[in-house]
Amino acid sequence: MAETQVPDNLLYTEEHEYVQKVAGDEIIVGITDYAQGELSDVVFVELPEVGSTFAKMEPFGTIEAVKAVSELYTPVGGEVLAVNEVLADDPALVNRDPYGDGWMVRLRLNDTTELQGLLSPDKYKALISD
Amino acid sequence: MSDKDPRNKTSPLIFELSQPGRRGTAVPQPDVPTRPLEELLPASALRQSPPALPEVPEHDAARHFTEISLKNHHVDKGFYPLGSCTMKYNPKVNELTARLPGLVDLHPFQPTSAVQGALRLMWELGEMLNEVAGMDAISLQPAAGAQGEFVGALLFRAYHTANGDPRKKIIIPDSAHGTNPATVIMAGYDVVTLKSNEEGRMDPAALEAVLGDDVAGVMLTNPNTLGKFESDIEMIAKLVHDAGGLMYMDGANLNALMGITRPGDLGYDIVHINLHKTFSTPHGGGGPGAGPVAVKEHLAPFLPVPILVQKGDGSYALDWERPTSIGKVHGFWGNFGVLVRAYTYMRMLGQAGIAETAQAAVLNNAYVSARLGDTYELPYGPGLHESVFSGAFLKQHGVRTLDVAKRLLDFGIHAPTVYFPLIVAEAIMSEPTETETKQELDRFCDAMLQIAEEAANDPEFVKQAPYTTPVRRLDEARANRQPDVRYRAG
Repeated sequence: MAETQVPDNLLYTEEHEYVQKVAGDEIIVGITDYAQGELSDVVFVELPEVGSTFAKMEPFGTIEAVKAVSELYTPVGGEVLAVNEVLADDPALVNRDPYGDGWMVRLRLNDTTELQGLLSPDKYKALISD
Repeated sequence: MSDKDPRNKTSPLIFELSQPGRRGTAVPQPDVPTRPLEELLPASALRQSPPALPEVPEHDAARHFTEISLKNHHVDKGFYPLGSCTMKYNPKVNELTARLPGLVDLHPFQPTSAVQGALRLMWELGEMLNEVAGMDAISLQPAAGAQGEFVGALLFRAYHTANGDPRKKIIIPDSAHGTNPATVIMAGYDVVTLKSNEEGRMDPAALEAVLGDDVAGVMLTNPNTLGKFESDIEMIAKLVHDAGGLMYMDGANLNALMGITRPGDLGYDIVHINLHKTFSTPHGGGGPGAGPVAVKEHLAPFLPVPILVQKGDGSYALDWERPTSIGKVHGFWGNFGVLVRAYTYMRMLGQAGIAETAQAAVLNNAYVSARLGDTYELPYGPGLHESVFSGAFLKQHGVRTLDVAKRLLDFGIHAPTVYFPLIVAEAIMSEPTETETKQELDRFCDAMLQIAEEAANDPEFVKQAPYTTPVRRLDEARANRQPDVRYRAG
């Protein structure tokens, strides 16, 4: 079984989302490699509308796999700048490339200090090895 | 079994067997005057072309369905330990009574004076179910567990609305079946999910923290989805009632309790009973189901109409004059044929037999849990009638619960429920039921232990299973995304 990937350049939540910092106050959110492995084959991803806003740890969408349906949580509060439209036709991208083409939403942060509450790669590794 | 084995061949659809003009029966010409259809029905009700029904002789139809029934798995063919579903063997006497001409040839529009026997059967079934449930009144209409839950949630609303405040929330534990929150939301309530404690039970202190005057009630399966008896149930019921709420029991797991203890005595106000689980009526594609809802006296005025009543002279009638009823929830009077089967089952068992059935169901599960518990982990310990094992220990070999489930099919055993409840990683939820012998339970346990050994020694072998089924691994993601179950010619 392939080693579960926890890239060093990302931040994580206990709900298994990752945060990738991009330009300025913008971030990209998706679910981790570990999460996609636990969920197994993803069949639907329901994402919010561009322009909608979410508070920290508010559900912003749902992900349905063969095994179960889960909610997706915004790791930090912000406004949705873009969603990954490709997932509507090819949700299995979340399984194949969770940190790349399987990204979910791009957000503009309300408050960059909220990033400090997220888990470091080492802390997330410890969480999933329990 | 090799790919050349004829048993592996895909069976043709009955549509593919069809040849124009083939018949099973020759219908004689009518010996009475006839009129053209166009004179009897308006043009809008007439088809432009005949329906594309398969045309086969009787023996082709019989052979076709026999062949696919042999490829399918069912309780007449083998062990079916599908947790939470209570796939017990359904006695054939149920089918005998359900086919009695006096019952099967009834028409739902017959006046009640002409169907007193059928109404008596429904009345007595309701009385027996109320006795098992410890409740005062019942509706036999709901067609399934989930519809029973929906009725229950509407009863919450009707009761609280009658008291001047419909309230907003219903509390459900995180081990609950997904239909619980789904039905609650359909009834317009918000769900408060309560985390189970370390024993897998509802924690009264945690409950108290979320109770308030906006809580309509609690929905709590007992024994719960982990198979654990909610041992604090009386305290939980008192807390909820003191806060003005109601207690709903999802009766999915009544097979562990019936004849031993009664939901009504434990403090519940409402319970639905899955006749297709506990009372041996067909389910799992063989349905339809029935999920009667039984309630305490204070909720009786809100039950669906019509309510079956017994009049002073002993006769039976349907009472529609119930102004606070939530309304009708099923066409006609419920799934009557299912009610006949459940009635037969209860009469065959008798009061003592019902309690012995629960005891045997719990004993069988205790045996399986004891034999498998050292190999497959039981994160919350063994349950009453079902246990939730974890296949997480197999991950070190790259094998997962899904692979174990697929490999089990090679032993002629239906897989247990997997990946549910969600609070157990790699969950394997096994419910043997009372109808299996020790030999069959041993065969299941031997198979499970053999699979664990195979996973350690030859993980690829387990990951490629099953080997003996007509089809191997299916594309489940595609089946979810692009379900195409309609036959089209050509």
